[in-house]
Order: sequence, then C-alpha cells, then structure tokens
Amino acid sequence: MKLKSLAAVAALAFTGAAQAQVSGNTVKIGVLSDMSSLYADIGGPGSVVAAKMAVEDFEKAHHPKFKIEVVGGDHLNKPDVGSQIARKWYDEEGVDVIVDVPNSGVALAVSQVTREKNKAFLGSGPGSSDLTGSKCSPNTIHWVYDTWMLANGTGTAVVKHGGNTWFFITADYAFGHALERDATNAVQKAGGKVLGGVKVPLNTQDFSSFLLQAQASKAKIIGLANAGGDTINSIKQAAEFGIVKGGQNLAGLLVFLSDVHGIGLEKAQGLILTENFYWDLNDKTRAWSKRFQKLDNGKMPTMVHAGVYTSVLEYLDAVTKINSDDGGKVIAQMKKKGEFDDPLFGKSRVREDGRNIHDAYLFQVKTPAESKGPYDYYKLLATIPADEAFRPLKDGGCPLVK
Amino acid sequence: MATESRTDPKGADAVSTLAARDEVAEARYHRVGFIVLFALLVVAPFVLYPVFLMKALCFALFACAFNLLLGFGGLLSFGHAMFLGMAGYVSAHAAKVWGAPPELAILAGTATATLLGVVAGFIAIRRQGIYFAMITLALAQMVFFFCLQAPFTGGEDGIQGVPRGVLFGVIPLTQSFAMYYTVLAIFAIGFFLIYRIIHSPFGQVLKAIRDNEPRAVSLGYRTERYKLAAFVMSAALAGLAGATKAIVFQLASLTDVHWGMSGEVVLMALVGGMGTVFGPVAGAFILVAMESYLTELSAWVTVVQGAIFVACVLAFRRGVIGELEAFLRRRRNRN
Amino acid sequence: MGISVPALMGQLLIGLINGSFYALLSLGLAVIFGLLNIINFTHGAQYMVGAFVAWFLLNKLGLGYWWALLLVPVVLAVFGVVIERLMLKHLYKLDHLYGLLLTFGLALILEGVFTHQFGSAGLPYSMPEKLMGGYNLGFMFLPTYRAWVIVASLVICLGTWFLIERTKLGSYLRAATENAPLVQAFGVNVPRMVTLTYAFGVGLAGLAGVFAAPIYQVSPQMGSSLIIVVFAVVVIGGMGSIMGSIVTGFGLGVIEGLTKYFYPEASNTVIFVIMAIVLMVRPQGLFGQR
Repeated sequence: MKLKSLAAVAALAFTGAAQAQVSGNTVKIGVLSDMSSLYADIGGPGSVVAAKMAVEDFEKAHHPKFKIEVVGGDHLNKPDVGSQIARKWYDEEGVDVIVDVPNSGVALAVSQVTREKNKAFLGSGPGSSDLTGSKCSPNTIHWVYDTWMLANGTGTAVVKHGGNTWFFITADYAFGHALERDATNAVQKAGGKVLGGVKVPLNTQDFSSFLLQAQASKAKIIGLANAGGDTINSIKQAAEFGIVKGGQNLAGLLVFLSDVHGIGLEKAQGLILTENFYWDLNDKTRAWSKRFQKLDNGKMPTMVHAGVYTSVLEYLDAVTKINSDDGGKVIAQMKKKGEFDDPLFGKSRVREDGRNIHDAYLFQVKTPAESKGPYDYYKLLATIPADEAFRPLKDGGCPLVK
Repeated sequence: MATESRTDPKGADAVSTLAARDEVAEARYHRVGFIVLFALLVVAPFVLYPVFLMKALCFALFACAFNLLLGFGGLLSFGHAMFLGMAGYVSAHAAKVWGAPPELAILAGTATATLLGVVAGFIAIRRQGIYFAMITLALAQMVFFFCLQAPFTGGEDGIQGVPRGVLFGVIPLTQSFAMYYTVLAIFAIGFFLIYRIIHSPFGQVLKAIRDNEPRAVSLGYRTERYKLAAFVMSAALAGLAGATKAIVFQLASLTDVHWGMSGEVVLMALVGGMGTVFGPVAGAFILVAMESYLTELSAWVTVVQGAIFVACVLAFRRGVIGELEAFLRRRRNRN
Repeated sequence: MGISVPALMGQLLIGLINGSFYALLSLGLAVIFGLLNIINFTHGAQYMVGAFVAWFLLNKLGLGYWWALLLVPVVLAVFGVVIERLMLKHLYKLDHLYGLLLTFGLALILEGVFTHQFGSAGLPYSMPEKLMGGYNLGFMFLPTYRAWVIVASLVICLGTWFLIERTKLGSYLRAATENAPLVQAFGVNVPRMVTLTYAFGVGLAGLAGVFAAPIYQVSPQMGSSLIIVVFAVVVIGGMGSIMGSIVTGFGLGVIEGLTKYFYPEASNTVIFVIMAIVLMVRPQGLFGQR
C-alpha cells in the first residue's frame, strides 16, 4: 500500500512538472456585476460575498497549492463598460474567470471577449437563452437560469390555469426580447394567444402609459418581460391603477426573491414565478443561506448569489483537477465531469452547449397571513425536472452541438 | 466664447510687436510640443496598456474636433455626441454586416457624420450662444432616440462583435500594436488637419468672428458660411473619432450618443484648455486615465468629473494647457 | 383607423399628469433664467434631492407627506442659497455658458454622491393614506394621487405666476433683471433678491420631488431623465416667460400623450422636434420676448 501511494505521489510530481501550470500560481476571479443600478440586489455586492464564501470554503476543504483572489467590478448595465472592464481584467490584471454578469446585453459582450482571450465566463446573472443557443461559446457556461426555462415554466403553467390571452410589457434589450420570444412560443404551444405588446426602455420610472395600453388590450394576463427594478415598478404602478382589481392578472416572467421583498407581500401575493433556488427549500440551502445572510447585511440570497457560489466552487475544482487555468480547457473539464451533486441546486450537469441544467421550481408568493417573517415568501407548487425544464439540446442552434 | 479680456497699457505699437513676437514664440512652442507629443505616443504602447491609449487617442481626436468649434469658433455645441455615436454605429454596421474592410468602414462612418453635420449645422447656425447650444442638444436627443429604436443599432445591446478586419488588405488589426499605430496615424492626420485649419486664413476669419461677429459682418464676411463650415469640419472629425473607436472596441453602443457624452467632451476641452492646440489632447488623456483608474468605484467617476467641472469654472478657466501657455508668456514678457 | 376613445382619453390624462411635472419643473427653471439669466442645469438633481429629503423625513424622522410638502422646499431653498452665495455669484460677469457648465458639474456631483450612497435601485416612498385609491371614470381608473398632482401643480404654477407678474415684489424682481444698478440705487438690495430668487426656484424643484416620491421610485437618476425634457419645455415656452413654461409644460405633456397613442415610436422625440422647429422659427419661444 505504501509503495503504491509513493508511486502515485511520484507520478503526480512528474505530471505536475510536465503539464501547464496555473498562471502566476494564482487564480483570479472577477465578479462583474451591476453594483449600483436596477440589478444590484439580484447580483451586485452580494455576488462578491458569495464568491468569497466559495473561495473560503474551497481553501478550507482542499488546501490548493495556488493562491485565489477575488475582484469586483461594476458594468453599469452598459455593454461597452462591461466589455472594457473584461478586456482590461484579462489583459492587464491576470483575471482568469469572470462570474455573475446580470444583464444579457453585457453578458453577450463579455462572452465574446472571453472567447477571444481564451478565458472562462460563468454566467449566473444573465437570462438570454442565446448564450447557449446561436451565440454559444466553448468558453462560457450559463449557470443558473435562462429565458426559455422561465418562459416554459411560468408561461405554460399560467396558460393551463386559464390565463390564455397575453399582452407583453418588454424591456427593450437582449434579455427582454429573448424572454418575450420564448414566452410567446410557450404560450402559443400551450394553446394561448398573444394579443399584443409594447417595448419599454431599460430602467424606466413610469409605466403608466404602457400599463394603460395593456389594460386597453383586455388580455387576461399582462406578461412582464423585464426584471429587477423595472418589474418592481410595473407591479407597484399596476396596483396603483387598479389593474388587478379590474380583472387582469400580472405574470412576472423573471422575479427574484429580492424583488418580492421590494414590492411587499401585500402587492405581490398570488404571483406565480419560476426560480431554481430558494433559501428555504432544504437543510443545505437553509444552512448556506443563513451564513450568507450574516455576511450580506441581513439579506437572503437570490438564485444568482447561489449560482455564483457553486459556479466558483466547481470552477476551482476543475482547475485543481487539470492543474491549469486555461479557459477553454477548464470549461471542457467542467463539461466532462458529467452529473454532479451541486450543494445548492441538487443534481446538475453541464451540457455541450454550455448550459448547466438542474431542477426548476414553480413557486407562488404567499399571502401576508401565510408568511411567518421576512423572506418567508414562497410556497412550492411544483418541481420541473432538469431535463424538461431547459430547452432541448438540439433546438438551440448552437454550432458546438454536432 | 472669449476667455480672456485684453488690456492695453502700452499703446497700439507695443501691442502689435508683442503680438508678432507672441506668434513666433507660439509657433516655436507648438513645434516643440508636436515633437514631444508624438515621440511619447510612438513609444507609449511599450509602456502602457495599448487599449487605454487607443481610447485616449480616439477621445483626444473627438475633443480636438469639438475644440475647433468651441475654442476657435466660439460656438458651444451640447450635442457633439451625435456625431461620435452615429459614425460609430455606421462604421460598426459596415464592418460587421456589410463586411467592409476597416478603412472603408471608418470612411463610411465619417461620411455619415459629415452629412449629419451639414443638416444639423444648417438648422443650428442661425442662432447663437445659449440658443445654439439648445438646438444642438435637441438634435442630439433626436439622434439618441432614433438610435434607441432603430433595429440596426441593437438598442441597449448595441452592435457587438464588430470585426477589426485587415487594413488595406495587408495589415491584420487584431494585433494590438497594429491597431494602435493605425489609430495613432488617424489621430495624427486629424490633429494636423485641425492645426492647419486654425492657422489658415479661414481660421483667422473664424477667430475674428468668435471675438466680434458684428465687426466681421461689417467687414463683409459671410459669417454664416464660415460658422457652418467650421461646424461641418468639427462634425466630420468627431465622426472620424467615433468610427475609429467602434473598430478598436469592436462595439457601438448608446453610451456614445447619450447627452452625457456631449457633456464629457465639453469637460475635456475645459480641463485641457479651450482655444489651445494641445489642450483637448491633455484633457482627453486626463479624463480617460481618471475613468480607467476609478472603474471599481464607478459612482465616484461622476462625482470627480462634476467636481472638476466646478473647480475649472470657478478657478481654472484656462485649463491645464491654457495655464501653461500663460505661464510661458509671462516668463517671456519678463525677459 | 378606429380610434378607441377610452384609450385616447387615458393617454391624455396621463399626459396631463406628466405635464404637471414638466410645468412645475420648468417653472423653477424659468424663474431662475428669466430673472437671473442663469441656466440651472442642477435643477434635475435638486428635484431628486427633494424626493430624497422627503424619504428621509418619513423614514428617519417619522414626518409624513404633508410635513414634507412644507419642509422640503425650505430645506432645498437653503441649499440654493448656499450654492448661489458660494459659487454662482462669481459667474455673473462672465458668459452665460459658464453658469451652465458649473451647474452641470454640480448635477454630476449630486447624482454621483447619491448613487454611491443609495445605489440606483431606488427607495420606496409610501403614498399618503388620504390620497390612496381612485375614481373609476369609465374609460380609465384615475388614482386619486395623480389627480391631486394635477390640481396642486396648477395651483402652485398659477400662484407663482401671480406672485411674479402681479405683485410689487415681483415687479422689483423684474426690474432688477433689466437694470440692476438703477434698482439698487433706489435702495433695493439686489444681490439679496437674486439669492432669494434662486432659492425660490430650487425650492420649487424640491417641491416637485415631493410630488414625485410616492409614484416614481425615489432614485438618484430620477432627475437626469427629466432635465433634458424640461429644458426643451422652457426653451419652447420662452426662456424667461413664467406663463410660457406653465402653458408649454402642460401642453407638451398632452402632446406627448397623444403621440404615445397615435405613433408611440416618436413619443420620445416629439418634444425635441417641436423645440428645434420653434428655435428656428421663433427663437425667443412661444411666449418670450427678444
């Protein structure tokens, strides 16, 4: 036994010396997020917290030979700022991997720069399903959710509940368009009809005239193809204009825990939504979330925060396995791993197109009476298994899929 | 917009000899300035991050173009972003969708900005001062909202993945150094063009119009035409900067047509020194460096920019180069 | 093309509500420009600060909406006095455009500081109870609060117009703009009037901020999205004309609403198109004097 392990150690030492090293013996993780604007609560500084938690946990468990650093940056929801920061990080500051990046427009730009420089991009924040579709890349993994999954989860469920005519209020950029497109497909496939829609610039303050148009359309469901602050504003102002009282219902196609917290249960109750993570789902999620809450000013984590945490853990694991931080190789290793047990998302698997699949959950927002305290907002309606939740591999149009 | 008042204690003769001496000395300083500037710029990419330098050069050209209109023409345009941004979009579209080589894409962008300059100039030139600034702002806003909605611009996402291409079919621009020297060459062309314009008879008339338009009219000059010409030239060169920038960063986005960008170029000219030759270049480099230094604290960038605006207006109106020139002039007059 | 009257009326009403904000804000700008020849680019940021002060009063001092309506304009006016005394008064002998640049810089500072402190997501400000709910008008549901905004802004706008155009104080102010030394020779303290006028304009901006707090997110960006439109309103109305900005503010709000109904893609640009046309044809604005 001793001889075998000696031989194993010798072999490792040999291969370690011969293979590519981790550059500068440091793995540098760049958390690029929206630190100050409408997505700051969904990702933002909380994502930096999550990344640091992952690094700490990884170092405690595995004692890696390389050093690990975490830096943060604010892309201001502008693709040019995001791509410039990414470029500078890769060229000048030795960043090996970029994580988070809410805002699909920025994510698409970052994905391109990442591919050009052969680094790695693990997107927990963005939504557009194009990241693993027509714009897929061998250097990118779309970690948590996407517009196809949301549209199918929420869209199909709502139509089945009777909401079969829709009007969309869409955020006018990559994510909003993708969400509207995927939701339209889901609604039509389930037998519903889309009566119309309106495109709204990102970060709009006043939705009154758009809500009025939605009212005029007489659609049973007003689909909100937006996120973050835009969703909060739409829902609040819809309440002000008595839209729900008038018989129409709102479907928030992308709603995070932090949004519900911002709107309040009074106005948000009954909303049906799809997410991939909830802090109160099981013991593991509860334990981790309570740890997170202490580090992030008492806020509970969103599924994006959870995604940053586990994507960093898995990335570091892959780097250790192949002893390299070459972007393309690490991503390939993460895909090669096959099915793995994600501490927060359960059984997961990274597909060829870069899509990480895991179960999705259909939630409904509790009434104020049903909730026992802050952040106790969701009741579970259904679980959608991983293989059904995400778009089939062959339908994406990704050139990487043979 | 006259930035200094002139007093004449010694009499007309003395003033004119002083002025003649001034001009010779100025030309000499400028020559020294060129040599130092371009020597530094040629060596710079070996020391500093080339992408940062390219960004600074594009903005330096933008600021110089703006200063042609403001410092020498006396016209404050609050809408110059429309030329920078629109040229960028056309250049990006040409390179990405029509597959044009970079030199043609940049040409297309510049041509678009020139055309836009003619239209905008024709509308805006009739008025002066604050009304002129407001018209340019209104026109720029219209361009902004057009870009927000037109399908080809990609709205919030912008035009991404613009190929750098192969310059003249020979030099691939994907390599940083190749791209850098191309940008440097474009900047040099623009800069020298502006210098020649300023020091030509046309430039003299322009300055005369800036200092006292009614007198220029009484001397028989068609001031409207001169102002329009300056406006179009300024627009074209701003467009050149924008078209080049789109190729360098392989991206054209709404930031470049937003009125904040119009404000930034005013700041660059102000900080560097309005009405000086090198001022805008200095201003551009200072501001791009500051932004680059503060990326992790993005909210502070606006605060610092605002503080610089306030400080410059209250205490530092001549800008960095302006103060330098005044210092040199004082030292020379003492001798 | 079938015109749906309910939808049209709805958009017109929304337009009127937006118009109230345009009118209130352009009123402050017009007062400042008309009487002081200062282009107050900080106006949008001051409006935003007003909303934040209202939020602060409610959430940190427990003082509600009605208190805010009284206190916020005062706080903002004091702020205006400070700005004028410290910075603006040095610029009066220079070209107008320096004033524009200074106030532009101040706006950047204010926005940057608030963004850093509060993020851009915005803070919620709860609607005052007496103004909750609404009226079902048949073609649309009109929230009470929005009706209140229309009425209150009309009252304030007309009140200010009356103050400036029809009272003795107002006539001193108008005289001081035209011939300061002469008015000063008559014993009127012109610099103090200038300061107070600026403060008044800023106070108006703050008041508009309080009106906005319950319905728009209290966010650091709320001013910059409005300021450019408000400039357009002031220019169209006639930069020094009080009545001009009131009429134009409400009018343009309605025109914007109509455009949203008939040709939504142009709704953002219509105000600027009008401004460009007015500047070409009648540069002093619809109600201004050369």
